[in-house]
Amino acid sequence: MKRILFSLLLSSSVWAVQAQDAKYVAAMTKNIALIDSAHIKYFANADLSLFETEANAFERIATAEKDKWQPYYFAAYCQVMEALYVKDKDKVDGWADKASLNVDKALSFSPDNSEILCLQSLVATSRISVDPMTRGLPYGKEAAVLLEKAKKLNAANPRVYMLQGQSLYYTPEQFGGSKVKAKELFETALKQFASFKPATNLDPNWGEAYTKHLLSTIK
Amino acid sequence: MKLLLLLLIAGSLPVLLHAQTTVSGQITDAKKRPLAGANIAVQDSYDGATSSKDGHFSFTTTETGDKFLLITLNGYQPLQIKISLNGKAENVVLIMKQAANELRLVTISAGTFEASSKTNTVLKPLDIATTAGANADIVSALKTLPGAQQIGDKTGLFVRGGTGYETQTYIDGLLVRNPFFSEMPDLPSRGRFSPFLFKGTTFSSGGYSAAYGQALSSALILESNDLPDRSSSSVGISTVGVNLGLQELAKNKKSSYGVEADYTNLAPYFKLVPQDRSTTIYPAFWNGSANYRLKTSRTGMLKFYGYVSTNKLGFTRESLEYPGYLELFELHNRSVYTNLTWKEKLDDNWRVDLGVSYSTNTDKIKLDTISKRPPAAVNNRSDLSQFHMAFSRGLGNFSSLKLGAEYQYAVENSAYNQYHKNYIDNYGALFAESEISLAPRLLARVGARAEHSTVLDKTVLAPRASLGYKLDQYAQLSMAYGEYYEKPEPDFIRWDRQLNYMRATHYIATYQKLATNYTFRAEVFYKKYHHLMKTIPDTSNGGTGYARGAEIFWRDKKTFKNVDYWVSYSFLDTHRQYLDFPKSVQPNFAATHTLSVVYKQYIPKITSTIGVTYSFATGRPYYNPTLPVTEFMSQHTKPYNTIGFSANYLTTIRKAFTVFVFTVTNITGNNLVYNYNYSTDGQRRQEVTPNAPRFFFLGMFMSFGIDRRQEVIDNQ
Repeated sequence: MKRILFSLLLSSSVWAVQAQDAKYVAAMTKNIALIDSAHIKYFANADLSLFETEANAFERIATAEKDKWQPYYFAAYCQVMEALYVKDKDKVDGWADKASLNVDKALSFSPDNSEILCLQSLVATSRISVDPMTRGLPYGKEAAVLLEKAKKLNAANPRVYMLQGQSLYYTPEQFGGSKVKAKELFETALKQFASFKPATNLDPNWGEAYTKHLLSTIK
Repeated sequence: MKLLLLLLIAGSLPVLLHAQTTVSGQITDAKKRPLAGANIAVQDSYDGATSSKDGHFSFTTTETGDKFLLITLNGYQPLQIKISLNGKAENVVLIMKQAANELRLVTISAGTFEASSKTNTVLKPLDIATTAGANADIVSALKTLPGAQQIGDKTGLFVRGGTGYETQTYIDGLLVRNPFFSEMPDLPSRGRFSPFLFKGTTFSSGGYSAAYGQALSSALILESNDLPDRSSSSVGISTVGVNLGLQELAKNKKSSYGVEADYTNLAPYFKLVPQDRSTTIYPAFWNGSANYRLKTSRTGMLKFYGYVSTNKLGFTRESLEYPGYLELFELHNRSVYTNLTWKEKLDDNWRVDLGVSYSTNTDKIKLDTISKRPPAAVNNRSDLSQFHMAFSRGLGNFSSLKLGAEYQYAVENSAYNQYHKNYIDNYGALFAESEISLAPRLLARVGARAEHSTVLDKTVLAPRASLGYKLDQYAQLSMAYGEYYEKPEPDFIRWDRQLNYMRATHYIATYQKLATNYTFRAEVFYKKYHHLMKTIPDTSNGGTGYARGAEIFWRDKKTFKNVDYWVSYSFLDTHRQYLDFPKSVQPNFAATHTLSVVYKQYIPKITSTIGVTYSFATGRPYYNPTLPVTEFMSQHTKPYNTIGFSANYLTTIRKAFTVFVFTVTNITGNNLVYNYNYSTDGQRRQEVTPNAPRFFFLGMFMSFGIDRRQEVIDNQ
């Protein structure tokens, strides 16, 4: 009897842990799926509110979980999207600052993470739009250095090539941009996307459709 | 057993049933304005919501019991309140206070325009180089800002009723004795220093800090570049000359050196474009400079800058005094400027700034009314050695203290034919200044400067005070008051040692709204002049004057895509009774209304920038000696109207980043009359105009960056 009871208690505590885990997985899965809706909402009517809601939701999960990098990563991701999309350039730095704080927290739990460095480079890129003439050089350089570092940590990360390509794609040729080189990088990225397997279902795995879209615009 | 199992299951029922509580409410700021985007979270859970545009939020939570609700929003102090979750709907109204650091970013800004790469400045360093009509001359670009006059017949920056002499230039805290190429009669000279040498340029039209002395009206504060982020070399060729440059950054990125040289010769240009004055010596300039920068520690920085220049020019024009004869002016100039500064953090509190500088400038001038009078030779030499030190520390969170001392040893030699008039001045100054945070939104700066000059043998104390009050995130009110002293021009001191300092008292009030993509600024000022120079009946400090006015500045980078424009308007009411003036009048270097519109359009498709600058000033008073004394300075020149144009095209040639520049000043060729010169008998007069109606410039500048990107990465 005691044995049964003991095993019951044991299994129920395991069950509790699993439930906690399941709750985390469920919340993350749901919110990661909502990021797609945020993109759709933005493209449909330039509405960024869902990114803000989602960033806050990920921040709540991050604070409650305390030691996981993924929720911080996705909170930062949503905030970078705000920084990239927002029309009022006065607000870019505010969003980039928020994203940067979350990137730093994510890095504190997973220091040599290629994915987080990619996102960090995107934060730097987002700041350029405030004043391209004076910011293009310093932030462009910072972004490039971070991507190289990300590549060193994981050469199979497709987002490295996608972001490198994106930077060449949007930089005028006079400043060192090149559509030809961007195309090569997008093709490398797609190759990597094809074989890329995230470590867990909650790890970043985005950008394939976007890469295909950019590639399709290059003749 | 079954009972036990039942009990066990029943015991866990409350957990399994997950009682839900709805929490809703509204978030506002202290003024009851709704706040959107706040994150509302039940502590240690995922449950929560984001406040909507009207500040409302609502969510359900499965948490139970007494919990904390955490509310966070950028720029506001986080809130934490206790609520009990027991299935009964909760409604809360919450007021968030602005975060202290958002309010504390008050800056002392009355009277100043700063161009630097810091985020919150009115201008960027590049703006100075790309302003049409300015030809990359710092002072010409600053003339598009409120407070500056459109003076094209004299050298320097004429600010708020002040003369060019009343504006001083400082590089890294050290006074520059000869910031411009030597003066020519009725023609302006460019500044000696390229805008690309400086990471920050501050133009202050009044109310500046006690750290700057011997400037009556305005301070031009230049901060030199730090270590470059990579090595590079550059070469440029234009319609007026060639230039070469090299910047080498050490492998460890702790030091760098650079050398630059340029040669300018206007002979080909003058042969192509006719000039009003006929040339006897084609203007030719050799300029060379060297710099060295060393990071002496994590917080220490040593900088050296040295500049040598030699140039010559000469021209004749018709004599006013002797009709049918020519007046000759020929100038040979040699100039050296050096400065060495060191900045370091001494401990957790104190910072030190040390600087030494030596400069020497020689002008050999030949004046001749050809075949009428014997030629005159004027030889001027001014040497200035100086030492500057300042110690500063923070006091509490938002207050600071700065203490400093300066010493200048000036030798001013002048010879007119065989007659010599030389003097030496030892000038010393002590200053103390403190920024004090009086309230979260209120910052005060109070200071004083004591100055002593041996040649005048007088000591003065100049108090200064400013206030800044932050209205909201972008807007600020500022006020400034200060006493400013300046020695009279060397040409007065040479002859008469019994003189006193000239003095000006400034009062300024400013409203400024500074966002990333637009700036609005309105300023009113009153300036009282005392002890200005009089030459009639005797040389004395008996002159007086005042200037008052209102200025507006608007810059907008937001409304039109790829367009950046700014508009400056200045109203100036100024009178002075000085020099040989028979009564107090508006002087010739002051226009009542001045307007500048600077427009820059970037065309991404062809990576080009087109710029247009329009400047307008109402007519300036001039002296007509044929009129009775009561009519002194009663006539005005016609209004000043001019449009400058510039186009830049950016491209790459091989691996070199290349810029093509084309500029034209006064594109419509308007006759710009600054003044009239009369012969002594009043019978003849001459218009004071530029040497040519327009100035064309075409140049190509290439820079070769030795790309060390890979190296940066490998070192990490």
